[in-house]
Amino acid sequence: MTPNSRTAKNNASGTNAPTQHHFSQKHLLGISHLNPVEITELLDRAEAMVDISRQPKKAKHSLKGRTQINLFFENSTRTQSSFEIAGKRLGADVLNMAVQTSSVKKGETLIDTAATLNAMQPDVIVVRHAASGAVELLSQKVACSVVNAGDGTHEHPTQALLDALTIRRNKGRLNGLTVAICGDVANSRVARSNLLLLGAMNARTRVVGPKNMLPRGVEHMAAEVFTDMEEGLKDADVVMMLRLQHERASGKMIPSVREFYHFYGLDERKLAFAKEDAIVMHPGPMNRGVEIAPTIADGPRSVITEQVEMGVAVRMAVLEALLTNGEAV
Amino acid sequence: MKNELIITNARLVDPATGKDELGAIWLKNGKIKDVHWGNAPEAPEGVETRDAQGNIIAPGLVDTRVFTGEPGHEYRETLESASNAAAAGGVTSFLLMPDTSPVIDDGALVDFIIRRADATSKVKILPSAAISKGLEGKDLTEFGLLKAAGAKAFTDGNSSIQSTSMLKNAFTYAKNFEMPIIHHVADSELIGDGVMNAGILSTGLGLKGIPHEAETIPLARDLQLADMTGVRYHAAQISCGKAAEMIAYAKQRNQHISAGISINHLCLNENDIGSYRTYFKLTPPLRAEDERQKMVEGLRDGTIDILHSAHDPQDTEGKRRPFAEATDGAIGLETLLAASLRLVHEEQISLTALLKTMTYNPAQLLGIDAGRLSKGAPADLIEIDLNYPWVVSEKDFKSRAQNTAFEHARLFGKVMTTWVNGQIVFEQS
Repeated sequence: MTPNSRTAKNNASGTNAPTQHHFSQKHLLGISHLNPVEITELLDRAEAMVDISRQPKKAKHSLKGRTQINLFFENSTRTQSSFEIAGKRLGADVLNMAVQTSSVKKGETLIDTAATLNAMQPDVIVVRHAASGAVELLSQKVACSVVNAGDGTHEHPTQALLDALTIRRNKGRLNGLTVAICGDVANSRVARSNLLLLGAMNARTRVVGPKNMLPRGVEHMAAEVFTDMEEGLKDADVVMMLRLQHERASGKMIPSVREFYHFYGLDERKLAFAKEDAIVMHPGPMNRGVEIAPTIADGPRSVITEQVEMGVAVRMAVLEALLTNGEAV
Repeated sequence: MKNELIITNARLVDPATGKDELGAIWLKNGKIKDVHWGNAPEAPEGVETRDAQGNIIAPGLVDTRVFTGEPGHEYRETLESASNAAAAGGVTSFLLMPDTSPVIDDGALVDFIIRRADATSKVKILPSAAISKGLEGKDLTEFGLLKAAGAKAFTDGNSSIQSTSMLKNAFTYAKNFEMPIIHHVADSELIGDGVMNAGILSTGLGLKGIPHEAETIPLARDLQLADMTGVRYHAAQISCGKAAEMIAYAKQRNQHISAGISINHLCLNENDIGSYRTYFKLTPPLRAEDERQKMVEGLRDGTIDILHSAHDPQDTEGKRRPFAEATDGAIGLETLLAASLRLVHEEQISLTALLKTMTYNPAQLLGIDAGRLSKGAPADLIEIDLNYPWVVSEKDFKSRAQNTAFEHARLFGKVMTTWVNGQIVFEQS
């Protein structure tokens, strides 16, 4: 909900001609910075990347000679790998920086690291950081493009884009779909980015979770708010589960995993309230038996592995759009 | 050294009496020798006169909440640089918070502050002393010895004592020495990892929120302990309407209660944080606009007694961090008066009522002779041009720090001249 959300730019002729839109943003810091036209363009570009990725010979050379640095202040093997593969498939030179963070001087390290990396003239830095707003701060200190790979509990824009692509491929559209986002919404950057994206694309968004996991003002971000899973899943087209941090289910916020699973874990009984053809999503890594039953996670309605595949495609699309100024390559 | 001066053609504003009329004021030997309302008498031969050209002459401001970095963090602010900032802002006396390194929790350190201030400060620096040793909220400091050394109030500065029994003991013991307690009310458990006001904005930014109750719950405890002990109690800074209601109610039965507010909470709201702007990261956090309006109402109706700068210098290193990791606080000595005059220009409060919250009321709390335009009072005065237009720029600051929450603000009204004990300590060039 940063105030710098952009509105759709009119093209030069002032018409709505469906010409190739030129993605002109320098950074991808959050979904709040994107308008529906830009979101659609990224999703369309990602579709093409899916085809490329499925070919035996996957190489594309649009980013040949460009340098991509993955700067992860928080460990995340899967997101980092996804960005690494995405960059390499486009021909970029990809470097993974392992950052040791001292708990006291995190911020100092961030600015110092930014200055150091900037001097090495990279073309794009992909950043994950535990503090909300940290990626935006870093983007102000470097000359190259910056991609937010997750900042605190703020945003995780490529996750929302890959979720949207997965939904669109399964349902044919985003507009008008009922999407229930369930679990620890308060501590989830995935939920925030998804609410912003789905809201912008006119999906009907719901959040479902226990009251102490629903953040203040969430009613302004989602169309509907539920504390009961059965009501919240009723007639949903998409059920999106969120990861529950184990330490939060040991009496701090939730009394026990057992109780959480009983009321908010996705099992067959609760899923039966959603539409018959509803798909089940999870950003991973999953806690089977905590927020989702193993039979559902691995069952026919789960699109969780497809999400992982779409992750690479979306990140390819984002990197290429940012580094080629939206020029079709 | 000139020791006698008559300022003529002045709009004299005396917050102690509420008088606001043209007149002249006669300074001699560092004191106000006389105040002439209406036409000035002929100046005696040899006495210098100065034409105020209709500008306001008022008592210098008494700021009850000023942090510096001396001793321990002189790179942030020294007593000298803070005093220069104070003089430029029309603050002729300020209460120095004990949050230094080491903490001002010992008579010898109070003595150190007094001697350093004597040697380096243009304005009157009044030391406060910690309530608890090391600001740890556990063991009482030596109230009697600290008072004897010159401490004007007891406060744990930016720290808030969590233990109810510790507070009860502190209030009782402070009453024993007839010393005021100034307490920052904050429930550290409710605050937790919170870094800004809890609400839709904090949710959108992914920042942990601080609810109003983190202020009102400890305030309720303090007000009951104040009743119980009879101590002179001052809530250092409140930020929400509910807290103001509680203060108003408590005042109905207890005359020894007062409350303060910082200029930031009177003029700014949480929207100013925008996209993680750390200069607006404050304690308590900036609240929503409707709460700010309730704070203005509280100041106007007298529920809130004291307006202060909460001057808290921070180095850029501490502010150039992700929001949650950045330091709290903003400087304010040089912008306190000018920013507050917005309320006068908007006709939200009268000039005399506003000035009273920055002169007479704080002087009463601290038991010092200041805040009045009357015979025998110290000649600590300011000349204000109410309509002087200027733009706040960090490069103009006398303060060693730049962390202002009013950068680029367009303000009307400024201190033109500041006198301390009859001597000019600042003149607008």
